Amino acid sequence: MLEVFVFSTLNGLVTGLLLFMLASGLTLIFSMMGVLNFAHASFYMLGAYFAYSISLKLGFWTGLFVAPLLVGTFGALVERYALRRVHAHGHVAELVFTFGLAFLIEEAVQFFWGADTKNYQSPDLLNFPLFTLFGQEFSAYRGFMITISVGIFLALYYVLTRSRIGIIIQAAITHPHTVANLGHNVPLIFMAVFGVGTALAGVAGVIAGPVLTTFPGMAVVLGSIVFVIVVIGGLGSLGGAFVASLMIGLLQSYAIASNLGMPDLLNLLGLEFSRDHPLNDLWTLTLPQIAPVLPFLLLVLVLIFRPTGLAGKREE
Amino acid sequence: MKRLHRSTTFRITLRSLLVGLVLSLFSSISAQEPVRIAFIDPLSGTFASIGTSGLKQLQYAADELFNSKGGILGGRMIEIVPLDNKQSPTDTQIQFRRAVSEGLRIIFQGNSSAVANTLNSTISRHNRRNPGQEILQINYSAVDPILTNEQCSFWHFRFDAHAVMKLNVLTDYIAMNPEIKKIYIIGQDYSFGQVVSDTSIELLREKRPDIEIVGNEFHPIGQVKDFTPYVTKIVSSGADAVITGNFGADMVSLARSIIDSGLDIPIYTFYAAYDGITATLGADGVDKIYLVHNDAGNPLPSEERLAYTRNFKRLNPNNDMTQFRITNALQMLVQAMEASQSVDPYDIALALEDMRFTNMSGEELWMRGEDHQIIQPLHISVHTDQNIVVDADNSGFGLYRDFSVPGEETMVDHSCRMRRPRR
Repeated sequence: MLEVFVFSTLNGLVTGLLLFMLASGLTLIFSMMGVLNFAHASFYMLGAYFAYSISLKLGFWTGLFVAPLLVGTFGALVERYALRRVHAHGHVAELVFTFGLAFLIEEAVQFFWGADTKNYQSPDLLNFPLFTLFGQEFSAYRGFMITISVGIFLALYYVLTRSRIGIIIQAAITHPHTVANLGHNVPLIFMAVFGVGTALAGVAGVIAGPVLTTFPGMAVVLGSIVFVIVVIGGLGSLGGAFVASLMIGLLQSYAIASNLGMPDLLNLLGLEFSRDHPLNDLWTLTLPQIAPVLPFLLLVLVLIFRPTGLAGKREE
Repeated sequence: MKRLHRSTTFRITLRSLLVGLVLSLFSSISAQEPVRIAFIDPLSGTFASIGTSGLKQLQYAADELFNSKGGILGGRMIEIVPLDNKQSPTDTQIQFRRAVSEGLRIIFQGNSSAVANTLNSTISRHNRRNPGQEILQINYSAVDPILTNEQCSFWHFRFDAHAVMKLNVLTDYIAMNPEIKKIYIIGQDYSFGQVVSDTSIELLREKRPDIEIVGNEFHPIGQVKDFTPYVTKIVSSGADAVITGNFGADMVSLARSIIDSGLDIPIYTFYAAYDGITATLGADGVDKIYLVHNDAGNPLPSEERLAYTRNFKRLNPNNDMTQFRITNALQMLVQAMEASQSVDPYDIALALEDMRFTNMSGEELWMRGEDHQIIQPLHISVHTDQNIVVDADNSGFGLYRDFSVPGEETMVDHSCRMRRPRR
């Protein structure tokens, strides 16, 4: 039982930290522009595909640095030449634009790379078990994923709260006009934040690609869950996103590991239903079976009982 | 004067009519109407790779075997009309309506039994309400047994062995391995995944009562990001083998997670090859991934088959001949059209019933008339890089045949009571 618990925690951490890399960029962009970027997970996918193509020629490590730069540049260009123009027409137009962009990127990925799964492998350097516990290996690559994610969180936290750039960014979020009057180029800041946010998504794609497989559906699979995290954490809150990411990662991992389900609940209540009961599917439902949809359940609960999210500061 | 005028007009009309008639006759000879076949499968979204690969194989079979040789039924070309359903039953309904409105009468569909079931009931209803305008369902891949049992239909023909037939062969194979004592079953939470689980448990209890089922897990289809938490459970259960019906990205992620965890046990699968899966598994999957399927795999059984596959590869360097049953299905469909000299689904269906056909691999196929289920040899192949003539994903790795069962031994009883239309 202990082994399952330990590994579930590790698995949950890996997933949670990965989700955080996506959520951090998304929440940053939201707090600045007031727009949920629906194409955010698509930038994650682009990161994985760019890195895959680069890794074929120049190896994994080059991809790790170059792919996020490419994604970030692409994101900045999208902000500068498309989103900024759409911005004049209000939030709905922006929302619809990012929504369309997500489809466009998915189609483009299929057009250039094809629809099949890409053989994007983790580097040989990290192809060894970091440690073996209870007969199960924990790969060095997963350890590497955790390190990168934590590193990015710390760096981001430092930049946003301790550096001059961070102060300007925070000021630009709440008082864009004042910041502009002080002589700062606010549109440039917006572009930079969008670029950095998408680059973070790119990093997530680069390091997740080899483990979670690189295929055109990878954005869709992760996309919805990232929104859940941003909403649960409180729109615009980096700390909230961090807590929510880990929470969801661990929640899913523990739910899968558990063997609990409706049968146990019924046993506890002393009830029993025959196999041909019309609601048999409901009475035999187990926690692992619904684990991947639990975050959405949590989302509904949060929206009902705490609409601002865990750390949201949204005004009424 | 008036009379004369009238007769000239009459003559002119008559002449133009005649010219028109001749012209129309001529045009119908020079450019005969093509036989149009709808292909409804995912061409975008999570499962796009399987759908597009199937489309290429159907297109290739049509072009290579018929269109380049003067067409069918005395010169008519086969035209494949791709319709994208994103593997969703809702989109399938929309595309079905579109197919009907465009006058398409034959539908190829394979991916996901949920979609096939939807299509099956939609077609049954449509055909009941629109006599003379019936639609034919050519199911080349969906393996939920229900389609040729409780829900069997006169208008549905299946060209792949269904899940119970495949599991029968697979459990025979597992039963021969005395080292396997504990089995973990994991699958996608929908009809096919549940059939795999229920049937494996039942058949293993019969064939090897000493085998313990140490896990029976379902996960939502196409929703799992990371399979490591599931693998943690598999490891702690102490399983000697895994059975899964997963396909697409769910299959790759599961196999990768199992292999990454350092677990060295065989994984018995239905769809763990091609479309990037073989390449992604690579050296890590050698002698671990087993596949039950209807294709002979390596070594290819005939020269003709080898040439046919190589030519496909030449035209589609990034795809493989993954579903040879598509070729079987098209060849048998055309044979039925030729035999009945008709493209009407009713005539085709009658000709397909109890048809016997020798395919390019030299295998004997029989379309059982009672339930419209194909009976064909089944094989179990292993993922390896030894003795691979035709590899998968250009990776050097491929499927090597390890165990074969002749068609008659794969037969299982059916509970189909078919409602046959009266004409």
